[in-house]
Amino acid sequence: MKFEDEPVPGYPLPILPGHTSPGRFERVLRAGAFAVTAELAPPDSADPEEVYKRARVFDGYVDAINATDGSGANCHMSSLAVCALLTRVGYAPVMQISCRDRNRIAIQGDILGGAAMGVCNVLCLTGDGVQAGDHPQAKPVFDLDSTSLLGIARGLREEHRFESGRKITFAPRVLLGAAENPNVSPVEHRAVRLAKKIAAGAQFVQTQYCYDIPLLRRFMTAVEDAGLLEQVFILIGVGPLRTAKTGEWMRKNVPGIHIPDSVIERIKGAKDQTREGLNLCVDLIQEVRTIKGVSGVHVMAYRQEEAVAEVIDRSGILAGRTPWFPGRDQQINEDRKLS
Amino acid sequence: MYTVRLWSVRHARGLASFYKGFEEALNRLHPLFSRIGYQRLERPVAAVERQVKGLLFDCKMCGRCVLSSTGMSCPMNCPKQLRNGPCGGVRANGNCEVKPEMRCVWVEAWRGAERMPGGLNAIQQLQPPVDRRLEGTSAWLRVVREKNGAPA
Repeated sequence: MKFEDEPVPGYPLPILPGHTSPGRFERVLRAGAFAVTAELAPPDSADPEEVYKRARVFDGYVDAINATDGSGANCHMSSLAVCALLTRVGYAPVMQISCRDRNRIAIQGDILGGAAMGVCNVLCLTGDGVQAGDHPQAKPVFDLDSTSLLGIARGLREEHRFESGRKITFAPRVLLGAAENPNVSPVEHRAVRLAKKIAAGAQFVQTQYCYDIPLLRRFMTAVEDAGLLEQVFILIGVGPLRTAKTGEWMRKNVPGIHIPDSVIERIKGAKDQTREGLNLCVDLIQEVRTIKGVSGVHVMAYRQEEAVAEVIDRSGILAGRTPWFPGRDQQINEDRKLS
Repeated sequence: MYTVRLWSVRHARGLASFYKGFEEALNRLHPLFSRIGYQRLERPVAAVERQVKGLLFDCKMCGRCVLSSTGMSCPMNCPKQLRNGPCGGVRANGNCEVKPEMRCVWVEAWRGAERMPGGLNAIQQLQPPVDRRLEGTSAWLRVVREKNGAPA
């Protein structure tokens, strides 16, 4: 898929009728293509090149790049800064905002700042507790929860007002996203919880890793029964497991991760576990794609980012399209000249 | 107290009905409250409220009580103070991500909500962000005052 007005880095696209953001990610979703997003782990560094290096591995395979905000309560470069660097060269980032580290004054400022820097997508999160990360001695803020953050962000965009009611002069035109975890308690009420987030302003959803397909199907059925499929774009979280041991460690130590024993067994039984992890990820993506109401996948390949391209490629979900990346069109022109 | 808190959720229906009656009684006392002056009542009533709700719900005196929307499980006991539902970190056994020995207050809230007279309607209401200035003040008096249109 190619839009007439592909981006000049640093210049916003026009907002299409019925869209809320000038972003490419919203265009892909609304055009009905199967979208792909990937998670970029911000570096422990002040070097911008490290950010670009991490983004380049996704070139041609993803529609948007999520910049995590102190994920796992570990300290890294801020998501706002990563997004500002990415938009400079034309990438479409999803700015993750967690309620753990900042209060409503700082967060609303960041939404305005991000939008001013060309951020078109914001993912509103609660955030892991500080006990999970490298600074357990830090003060957890949690002034807002993810749902009320969605409401405030929508107020900025629609009412042109801060939570205080004070007017802003130019609204942040951002697509708002929420997270959901279909795997954890209370499983039977997760769809209702999602309905609440949608009512607060969520337009797209990126889920936690879903390794348990039957559980995911049940969740999606509940979402459909609640009449939510037409109101939101759902991207399912997937990712390769490097080894069976990594999987076991993750489900034991990372909050909210559920990996069925059958998945662990499959990887354990393989000669090359990392390869089998990639195969499993391809299989999951292909299976996820067949589930009604799924608009795309969100690939979280922590420390295996370089494998994302291969996984996407083998899964065939892009169906021949090449998502925009800096230099894509020059490359296409050169290829044409050669042939 | 933790065990009493769990008991309160198990008896959400009874407590909700009691609360309704209690609120009506308080409402009838509005003329008296106005005569004494809400400001003067604030401290003694808040002290009683802290004791009673502290015992029953481990109330944190946020000043804007939402127990009737959360199945009588106080959301301020959530280490992330979530007012609109559970986070994604709930453990497989239904316990809290941050405090592994405590049940997730939102898993409890859904249990309580299933027992509430109004069923699952109230828990689906969107809750606004907390006004942190109200911390430590009496939610009882605020409800009565607002219901009767008295100045804050």
